[in-house]
Amino acid sequence: METLITILIGVLVTVAVYLLLSRSLIRVILGSAVLSHAVHLLLMVMGGLKKGSVPLLGEQAEAYTDALPQALILTAIVISFAVSAFLLVLAYRTYKETGLDDLHELRGFTDE
Amino acid sequence: MNNIVVMPMVIPLLMGVILIFLRPFVKAQRVLSMVAMIATVIATVYILNLIQSDGILRLDFGGWLPPYGILFVADSFSTLLVLTTAVVTAIILLYSFSSVGPRYENMFFYPFVLFLVAGVNGSFLTGDLFNLFVCFEVMLLASYVLITLGGRRVQLIESIKYVVINVLSSWFFLVGIAYLYGTIGTLNMAHLSVRIAEVGQGPLLTVIGIIFLLVFSLKSGLLLYFWLPGSYSAPPTAVAALFGALLTKVGIYAMFRTFTLLFYHEPHITHTLIGVMAAITMVGGSLGAIAYDDVRQIVSYNVVITVGFILVGLAVFNEVAIIGSIYYLIHDMVVKALLFLLAGTMIYLTGKSRLADMSGLIRNYPVLGWLFFITTLSLAGIPPLSGFIGKLYIGQGTVGAGAYVLLAIAFLSGMFVLYSLLRIFMNCFWGETIISEDDEPPLRNRLLLPCVLLGIATFVLGVGVEGISDYVRDAAYTLMNPEVYVDAVLNDEK
Repeated sequence: METLITILIGVLVTVAVYLLLSRSLIRVILGSAVLSHAVHLLLMVMGGLKKGSVPLLGEQAEAYTDALPQALILTAIVISFAVSAFLLVLAYRTYKETGLDDLHELRGFTDE
Repeated sequence: MNNIVVMPMVIPLLMGVILIFLRPFVKAQRVLSMVAMIATVIATVYILNLIQSDGILRLDFGGWLPPYGILFVADSFSTLLVLTTAVVTAIILLYSFSSVGPRYENMFFYPFVLFLVAGVNGSFLTGDLFNLFVCFEVMLLASYVLITLGGRRVQLIESIKYVVINVLSSWFFLVGIAYLYGTIGTLNMAHLSVRIAEVGQGPLLTVIGIIFLLVFSLKSGLLLYFWLPGSYSAPPTAVAALFGALLTKVGIYAMFRTFTLLFYHEPHITHTLIGVMAAITMVGGSLGAIAYDDVRQIVSYNVVITVGFILVGLAVFNEVAIIGSIYYLIHDMVVKALLFLLAGTMIYLTGKSRLADMSGLIRNYPVLGWLFFITTLSLAGIPPLSGFIGKLYIGQGTVGAGAYVLLAIAFLSGMFVLYSLLRIFMNCFWGETIISEDDEPPLRNRLLLPCVLLGIATFVLGVGVEGISDYVRDAAYTLMNPEVYVDAVLNDEK
């Protein structure tokens, strides 16, 4: 199961890198969102997928699942959500201000 | 356990939240943000002295003992940087009171400055790798807002690059954390240090170390500094000064922490790599600093040179060089803030930013001119100013390690710093005065005062270096002997 998820992560990263390297700003933002999903999956796989029962005292199970990666992912999701929202607003403002969403035309200093 | 440790993060954070509700009351915002920074300074001075008497302090959140819970650890190194951050921010706030204008002040400028400081202080104090990531993000999100605030065209264009590159580096940070958790099974820094020492730093762990190196070099502008000059020259002066003084330093701090506490077993791979990157950074930064004609660009490239210079101390990896790096780090936070403020003031006064468009400013603004000259000397490392002692120790450490190529590049880059700043000085302050007496905008004392304060600070840091030498030595000792840090976190039942 871990191998399968790892391959999925690889696919997600590939898609994200393709999107990030494109010229359209919206695609870059979508790429960064996909990229963060890939790393959330990676965090989960690295902690080991579910093997034991819920990590609660008194459950009397033989093995407990590691709960830490879930906590990490939850935090990381919140952060990536905030950053994506900010980037989308930024892209919208930039489009309204300059009429551009092509990164090739947005590069560099205008006064050089 | 001592609750005071969390104060440098909590005071700015809570005050920032309060200020959001005080949006229309600009005067109250100014007073309260200044109160918050002064309270932070007082708390930090208290912590710093407590560390000297009681050893490294820690605070386990929620009473969860390490390695299970998240904790804050205050040692001399982190507390010195927190203190410098608080002092520099207070002075920059003083400058922003009379420079940023109501357009910013009504739009949550002060809350986000405080959130930025909270993130920076949290990054310095945390003892948990994932918490470091979270504090980085607090700092970065505040910086995203500050860089775009105002919404001028150039700000929007530059901030897209800034945000995307930081999203990418945060992604690598998470990848590094995931791999490290997968191999070692913990994220508490002291616990990581113990376990890495136990299993030995094999090729796998070295590669993970290099992922962290990549992350922190993107944040600090070591080798991967291509985004830095553009984004640091876009925002208003006060914000640029905050960025130039604080943001790259957090990346440098994280690099020092990880490569002295966690991945220090294979210095011929990791630290050699840092040395090569530092050398290329200094060469690239020097070329940038002399190539451009725009004051803001020159100043930004000076930030790049310094990042390389400070990391020379980590690359040669002996106690003398680390002492030098810490001195230089503190010095640079003060002087870079001053340099950005002076450059911003020059642009404010003339309305131009190119060297060719300014001339003879010293006749109209003598204090500004002399301050710029002092800054130049301080950055070049002329005694008795604050840059000297750091340069001396880094040089001594580099000679001790026999890294003569690095030494040559480091000191040559100092020449380029001097040349690039003297070029600004001679072009803009000397020569024929273009602005006539009637046209010259008055330089208000309220703009000049923060610059003078920082100028005094660089002088005091240089002359009174003995005052902080105990703290710096203790900081370097802790960095070079990771078992001190580990003992304080894992074994101490305080």
